[in-house]
Amino acid sequence: MGRQATRVTVNGKSYARVVDARLTLADFLRHELNLTGTHLGCEHGVCGACTVLVDGRSARSCLMFAVQANGCEVTTVEGLAPDGQLSVLQQAFIDNHGLQCGFCTPGMLMTLTELLRDTPNPSEDEVREALTGNLCRCTGYAGIVAAALDAAHKLRGAAKPGAR
Amino acid sequence: MKPAPFEYHAPRQLKDAAELLARLPNAKLLAGGQSLVPMMNFRYVIADNVIDLGRVDELRGVALVNGALRIGAMTRQRDLEFSTDIAKHCPLMAEALRHVGHRQTRNRGTIGGSLAHADPAAELPAVCAAYDATIHALSVRGIRQIACREFYTGYMATALAADEMIAAIDLPVWRLGHGHGFHEFARRRGDFAIAGAAALLDVGADNVVRRAALTLFGVTAAPLRVEAAETQLVGKPLDAAAIRAAAAAAWLVEPISDIHAGGDYRRHLAQVLSARALNDAARRAGVEA
Amino acid sequence: MGAKHFGARVTRLEDPALVAGHGRFVDDVKLPGLLHACFVRSPHAHAKLRGCDARAALAMAGVHAVLTADDLPEPMRATPLALLLPNPALTVARTQTALARDEVCYVGQAVAVVIADTRYIAEDAAAAVIVNYEVLPAVADCRAAAEEGGPCAHSDLKTNIASTFTLTYGDVDAALENADYVFHEALWQHRGGGMAIETRAVLAHHDPLSDLLTVWSGTQTPHIGRRMLADLIGRDLESIRMIAPDVGGGFGPKAIFYPEEAVIPAAALRVGRPVKWVEDRREHFLCATQERDQYWDVGIAVDKNGKVLGIRGRMVHDTGAYVPWGIVMPYIAATTVPGPYVVPSYQLETVVVLTNKVPTTPVRGAGRPQAVFCMERLLDRVAHELQIDRAEVRRRNLIQPEQMPYEVGLLFRDGKPLVYDSGDYPRGQDKALALAEYDDFRERQKAALAQGRFIGIGVANYVEGTGLGPFEGVTVRVLPSGKVAVATGATSQGQGTRTTLSQIVAEQVGCRIADVVMTIGDTAAISQGVGAFASRQAVNAGSSAHVAGTAVRKQLLTLAARALGVVDADIDLEDGMATSRRGNRPSISFGDLARLAQGIPGVSLPVGQSAGIEHTAYYTPTQAAYCSGTHVAEVQVDAMTGGVKILRYTVAHDSGRVINPLIVDGQVQGGVAHGIGNALLEWMQYDDNAQPLTTSFADYMLPMATDVPTCAIAHVETVNPLNPIGVKGAGEGGTIPAPAAIVAAIEDALTPFGVHFAETPLTPERIVATLRSAGAYDRLFAG
Repeated sequence: MGRQATRVTVNGKSYARVVDARLTLADFLRHELNLTGTHLGCEHGVCGACTVLVDGRSARSCLMFAVQANGCEVTTVEGLAPDGQLSVLQQAFIDNHGLQCGFCTPGMLMTLTELLRDTPNPSEDEVREALTGNLCRCTGYAGIVAAALDAAHKLRGAAKPGAR
Repeated sequence: MKPAPFEYHAPRQLKDAAELLARLPNAKLLAGGQSLVPMMNFRYVIADNVIDLGRVDELRGVALVNGALRIGAMTRQRDLEFSTDIAKHCPLMAEALRHVGHRQTRNRGTIGGSLAHADPAAELPAVCAAYDATIHALSVRGIRQIACREFYTGYMATALAADEMIAAIDLPVWRLGHGHGFHEFARRRGDFAIAGAAALLDVGADNVVRRAALTLFGVTAAPLRVEAAETQLVGKPLDAAAIRAAAAAAWLVEPISDIHAGGDYRRHLAQVLSARALNDAARRAGVEA
Repeated sequence: MGAKHFGARVTRLEDPALVAGHGRFVDDVKLPGLLHACFVRSPHAHAKLRGCDARAALAMAGVHAVLTADDLPEPMRATPLALLLPNPALTVARTQTALARDEVCYVGQAVAVVIADTRYIAEDAAAAVIVNYEVLPAVADCRAAAEEGGPCAHSDLKTNIASTFTLTYGDVDAALENADYVFHEALWQHRGGGMAIETRAVLAHHDPLSDLLTVWSGTQTPHIGRRMLADLIGRDLESIRMIAPDVGGGFGPKAIFYPEEAVIPAAALRVGRPVKWVEDRREHFLCATQERDQYWDVGIAVDKNGKVLGIRGRMVHDTGAYVPWGIVMPYIAATTVPGPYVVPSYQLETVVVLTNKVPTTPVRGAGRPQAVFCMERLLDRVAHELQIDRAEVRRRNLIQPEQMPYEVGLLFRDGKPLVYDSGDYPRGQDKALALAEYDDFRERQKAALAQGRFIGIGVANYVEGTGLGPFEGVTVRVLPSGKVAVATGATSQGQGTRTTLSQIVAEQVGCRIADVVMTIGDTAAISQGVGAFASRQAVNAGSSAHVAGTAVRKQLLTLAARALGVVDADIDLEDGMATSRRGNRPSISFGDLARLAQGIPGVSLPVGQSAGIEHTAYYTPTQAAYCSGTHVAEVQVDAMTGGVKILRYTVAHDSGRVINPLIVDGQVQGGVAHGIGNALLEWMQYDDNAQPLTTSFADYMLPMATDVPTCAIAHVETVNPLNPIGVKGAGEGGTIPAPAAIVAAIEDALTPFGVHFAETPLTPERIVATLRSAGAYDRLFAG
């Protein structure tokens, strides 16, 4: 019962699979594709640990089925550093102590990747607002916010050479 | 917390979606999934069939049609949030959307899903109630119009028949230059409101209220238009005392009570937030109350 | 000479893998042939088990087994889990069996386990298992449960009182009788939990060739887990390996040994295949241990200057249905009340009560937040009644630095007299107040009031006994590759253990931090271990790392001196090279030295040389290391809605010498977030039938990024004289005084209405109800 074909592009690579209709996108990524960077913290759409980008927009992968993602482009945390070169945002997390246990971190990175792409110069309040869909229990958010602002600053500097 | 097994259907045509809904036993419509899928993961909802509306293009879009904004049921909340039509003609919705969940839920969540799910604390049903929206309900038997006032029949219950889906919502727009106000109180950012108030005021150059709508949400089982407040306001000059008196009418409701808040507190918030929403609406309508 | 690595703001070694999504948490571990488990759990808070019918479940495709208690091996079949912390005052020392046998005593208690091809199928099958429950009356309220004559949480017991004990010193009755003033407070602090973002998980694999049972568990205490499991499953310790891989947050609940950690290995042995169980969030709300639910009735006696003469009271503690960690938590609470203050006489009677809820065990703060809440609310009351500034009344009562070491007069939970080894409490308070601009606050408050805004400030102090024993070992070994291998029983759930210990080892041994390869949380790597709880690892493992590193340093110097033809004092060790100061400064690498130390087959080692370059140290503390701090919270209250916003949060923190300021500040900031949650948001609610009502993140509120401001943190470093590196623990200080400071600030903001608060979490609804009773809205609604 309920087996279905789906073709999902993940981090630029296309995967065609036949899966149970009820297999969540999160479980598809973690267990079908062995991309275990996306984590499950609640499976009811609050904690944000499972956040990925679907067609460029942040989404809770625990609230989607793999079959829904048929034809979609998904980006996970593993897609942020192709060839092992950490992104500016990922490096900013390291520099600013933006993680402790690391479990919420992939979700945070995906949410902030979207934010910095759409809002290159966010205020601290805008960063905090954007993070309300991602819970962290270790850091108290300060390092995450600092990392986001640091990365935004660096990305703006890189985009405009010669700017201050 | 994995869902029970189901058959998955992804129609591309609206008529196919209606046909599936009529034919399949124990079927659930999947819109944005932000409310349905958690319930499926908890197994509070066990569906044998899931009809994904995500590929039915006919259900998406915003257009101004005959003085009303026609919004397709599957229009994502995020697209409403960034829609220039909504910002111009329905500023109350634009403001309300900032309180709806979080970026991730708005990216997927839809207006139709929110209305059909009918959570008493949801913002979009309240906005629709404020504007006296019309809901277009579609089934294999055709389309019928349901006035927003008739749409909610009880706690998380709507007038939709088992084989009906929301196809579109018509929001009759108010005169450009009307004032709107939206206030909700939630424990944290993006949480469901414990209570909220949405106000619309059309005020003449003489400061007399031509038209008023005050909607409470989170307070009763469904969004509630506080008609006592509205009739008090209409036809009279708008000032601080009038707003206070109108807000006091919000006290006279039968509030719901749950683990998040008791009835007394909700009633109190109804009054406080009504005053704040009316004040904002007055200010935006150009009146210093 | 300045330290190179110790005290440096080093970015963490753990991070590059974690930010790339390459962490290895239990659910990321894949094994061939893996099966998945789902537990069948009681929906009733109290019931007798009258049989279990698994036929429908077993008939489902993909289901391999359904196990109940009788399917488990001896002794875990009928022997309850060991009580880790016995205490003579614990009169009902009840723990649960791995699977329930005759009776279930809390909603969620495990009755059976399904093993299937996938978790999805296992859940389907679990729903099809029919369990016959004979529902019994449930005990939900610990105060009522403490009275005689009501229903009992366990049907074979005649009482719900697991323990009563009284801690006392000095003549408190005389103090209360002769005091100028005596004030009483009734305080209530609700249940809450650690709520790490990663739930619990257990993966068990038995290799028949080696007969090794390997268990991955998201635990804070793998060595303890291994020996608990060995006893329950009837196997030698050496035939079990327990590994705590990357763990997504601990905060206390993961320090407990759980029934699932016994059942899953038993299931793996039974079905002959690896079995994994990943807890879902709903299970976590039901079954992971929780904290708080305490009712305090206390009186404080003071003289007319606000100097404390004595404190007397009674505390009722809801321990839930079992006592896996004995009475440690209420005991800690009872001994923490005096805190950093001179309290000449003290008496607290504690009643520990069984209810039909999941057990309470230490969660970040471990009973101290409750005690600090009590003490600080009492001092605020004194300040209010006597019209003394709240910071001043504290100043008048703080223990002075000259009084160190300070003997409180009680026995701490480590069995030793409660003696504060070091600390400068007045300096800590002054630093916090200065950083918070406390002296200007009244003006800020007046200006805000003129704008119709209610802002308030609150101060709270605490002392925390950290670095508890018995030990935490570290092995340091120099490898022929030149790398320095370190093994420890310490674990990490985010606190950066790997980085801080690397800093200490690199400092002593003279290598680069990047050359340290460390194994943590693996019972195969070091023979003895305890694990992470009670902010103990920096002291214990840190000191062991220092001792072992120092010993290895000495071995390196001696070997290098011999190799280079000089004496030890002529050798410098840096970045993995040993260099002579003499002649043309010849050098030899650590790797080459390690090869030398392996000797030549058949040839004796030179006199005085030992095998290899390695040392294992088990530093054992003589007593707790007392850290301290002061928090200042500044809040704004919307008097109409009861909404609270934290405007500013200031911490002065003394955790002794700081190994890595980045990590210590992170612990403080993270701890404050838990404190904010405890103060304003987190409330694990149960109904009158002990049914949990808040079982999702929609109902149980965790602080978001918009709820937790970035703290201003000042450091005070009073060196701990009792361990070789002078450190104290830093993991819980951020949480401990936060509820007290925040509630005090809310009360201060609403001073115009004369209201008083004595509970946490302090919800907006409660604030509004209190304001209403005080007649506030007659004024406020009038405009």
